[in-house]
Amino acid sequence: MRFVDEYRSSADAQRLAARIADVVRSDWTIMEVCGGQTHSIVRFGLDQMLPEQITLVHGPGCPVCVTPLEMIDRAIAIASRPEVIFCSFGDMLRVPGSSQDLMSAKASGADVRMVYSPLDAVELARANPDREVVFFAVGFETTAPANAGAVEMARVQNLRNFSVLVSHVLVPPAITAILSSPDCRVNGFLAAGHVCTITGCLEYEPIAAQYRVPIVVTGFEPVDILQGVLMCVEQLERRRHTVENQYARSVRREGNPAAMAMIGKVMEVTDRTWRGIGAIPMSGLRLRDAYADFDAERKFDVGSITAQESPDCISGLVLQGLRRPNQCAAFGTMCTPEHPLGATMVSSEGACAAYYRYRRTPAAGAAQPTHAGHQP
Amino acid sequence: MNIEGPVCPVPLSRYPAIVMAHGGGGRLMRDLIENAFISAFGAVGDRPAHDSAALDLPTARIAFTTDSFLIRPLYFPNADIGELAVYGTVNDLAMGGARPLYLSASFILEEGLPVDTLMRVVQSMSRAAADTGVAIVTGDTKVVEKGRCDGMYITTAGVGSLECVGTIGPAEVREGDTVIVSGDLGRHGIAVMAVREGFAFGTQIVSDCAPLWDPVQALLASGAEVHCLRDLTRGGLASALVEIAESAHIEVTVTEEAIPVADAVRSACEILGYDPLHVANEGRFVAFVRSDHADRAIEALRTCAVSADAVSIGRVTARGEGRVLLRTVGGLRPVDMLSGEQLPRIC
Repeated sequence: MRFVDEYRSSADAQRLAARIADVVRSDWTIMEVCGGQTHSIVRFGLDQMLPEQITLVHGPGCPVCVTPLEMIDRAIAIASRPEVIFCSFGDMLRVPGSSQDLMSAKASGADVRMVYSPLDAVELARANPDREVVFFAVGFETTAPANAGAVEMARVQNLRNFSVLVSHVLVPPAITAILSSPDCRVNGFLAAGHVCTITGCLEYEPIAAQYRVPIVVTGFEPVDILQGVLMCVEQLERRRHTVENQYARSVRREGNPAAMAMIGKVMEVTDRTWRGIGAIPMSGLRLRDAYADFDAERKFDVGSITAQESPDCISGLVLQGLRRPNQCAAFGTMCTPEHPLGATMVSSEGACAAYYRYRRTPAAGAAQPTHAGHQP
Repeated sequence: MNIEGPVCPVPLSRYPAIVMAHGGGGRLMRDLIENAFISAFGAVGDRPAHDSAALDLPTARIAFTTDSFLIRPLYFPNADIGELAVYGTVNDLAMGGARPLYLSASFILEEGLPVDTLMRVVQSMSRAAADTGVAIVTGDTKVVEKGRCDGMYITTAGVGSLECVGTIGPAEVREGDTVIVSGDLGRHGIAVMAVREGFAFGTQIVSDCAPLWDPVQALLASGAEVHCLRDLTRGGLASALVEIAESAHIEVTVTEEAIPVADAVRSACEILGYDPLHVANEGRFVAFVRSDHADRAIEALRTCAVSADAVSIGRVTARGEGRVLLRTVGGLRPVDMLSGEQLPRIC
């Protein structure tokens, strides 16, 4: 399969791993920002190919994982109204709220539908003028343009029965928050290739300069990730700290201006709470006032719903790269994909789910936690 | 529509759709049974209709199984719910080394279901049964109110005669056994989802839905020592291997690169965030065979069209803890069953 097979070549992966081992001199901790990268690393066992000087820690880039608990509760409150058709991407359906998830709400009679695009929800609104159709607009900069476009389309078509529950988050403020923490031990970043396809690389340049960390925009296949690690290690060993683009087949330095313009037209930057991490200033997107009629939070008056995380869940520490999933007392016992305590156990991009699926039983000489001697 | 074979006469045709009375036990129901089911499936011998069927069995050891079928849409590329209902049960018998002989078929019909749809499904069941050499000898019909079922549900049960010499099952698996899959994975699950969700993936992916007794018969006739067979339905290869590994207390190691998956299926899985190892099949199975008989087994399987691409994907590497390991680019990692259903990821 073109554009996949060549990036999963075992021989190329081995060559890159050998090159990394040649280059590395000191101990380095590198954070892959995106949950899709975490999934690939654990699925393909890439961390096992790296020399022991390199520790990979998993970042906050799973949209399902960082959507705050209270937002799930608000989604369930809206979905439970009889006039509402509540639409969501598939992997949000099993994320636990305070007392239940959207799938359980569906089982209790809520009209919850899985869609593959926000435009499917717009179409549902057009086809069901007597119902209120609400789309759960979550994710990073990657999903924001299509979600903004859906709202704009509803406005143009004058679909007053369409609204979105927005919980969008932005990557650069999260990286800044991690770097600002006194506990931070991350020396370099693999930035999320798909996010940068939209935003480009420019936003990362001041971060790399201010915190003196290399940031390599990286793809998702084994060869991509190993090449990203190599580029990062080469910078670290030379004490350089610039933004480089490994994922050049998808990412342009200036990003996708049309997509950014659509986000800017419909949404504006706002403070946002990240599940497990807490409030990060100017780290999210909300609808502009001109689009207030399409804001489900206002329409259904659910803004006052708040929630408390389970004290047994350490997903916040996992999302900041301060703990590994299998360092949690609840991992695999109280918390499993069937009964998740936190969202990191739900999505296929969640670090806890990736560890549960691929690391639960240590494989002969292979599947131990990443370099036990170098854990955070 | 054009239906080969029996066509529904009056009074069925007076009702273009199923009504509650078709399940009411009266004359309308008898007409439905006679005109739809008996005319398609045939009566058993010359005996008059009765509450149960009397069966002649060629062997004293028989296999018996049952399964229910619900699928949306009822028709999908290459097959429909009728073929699924016949092949699903036939394949469960075949996996025990049994020649499928007789089936029962029970229908739960939704009020309002077009009679044409029922007739089309019944016809494909009739064809599927004939292709596989089984007789549908008894059945039942119920009608539920509109909205209480998704068009139609079918339950089939099957009886087959055991033709394997020893037992086939997880308990027979031995350390060193070779693990063979009968063909490429994931076509059925992706084909059904593509139709249901209205996806176009460039090339149309068709379901692998097919009867598996022929390849099993070829495998048994080859003289290869077959220890375990399992069809790869819901949960896919991953669930089948984990179930066998856990119940037999064995470690199975398979190589990702060796597992055949068509490019179109891989692309669809990449787009949706699915793992082909978890996607459903309806015409594929895994065989555990004695390792020095593996070549003979693969050669025999490749004589049948449905298993022409049979290939070895790994072997049983240890006894003890039941687990499945996958050899990937970077090393070995465990394979787990799916938790719940596969959900497409956000991005």
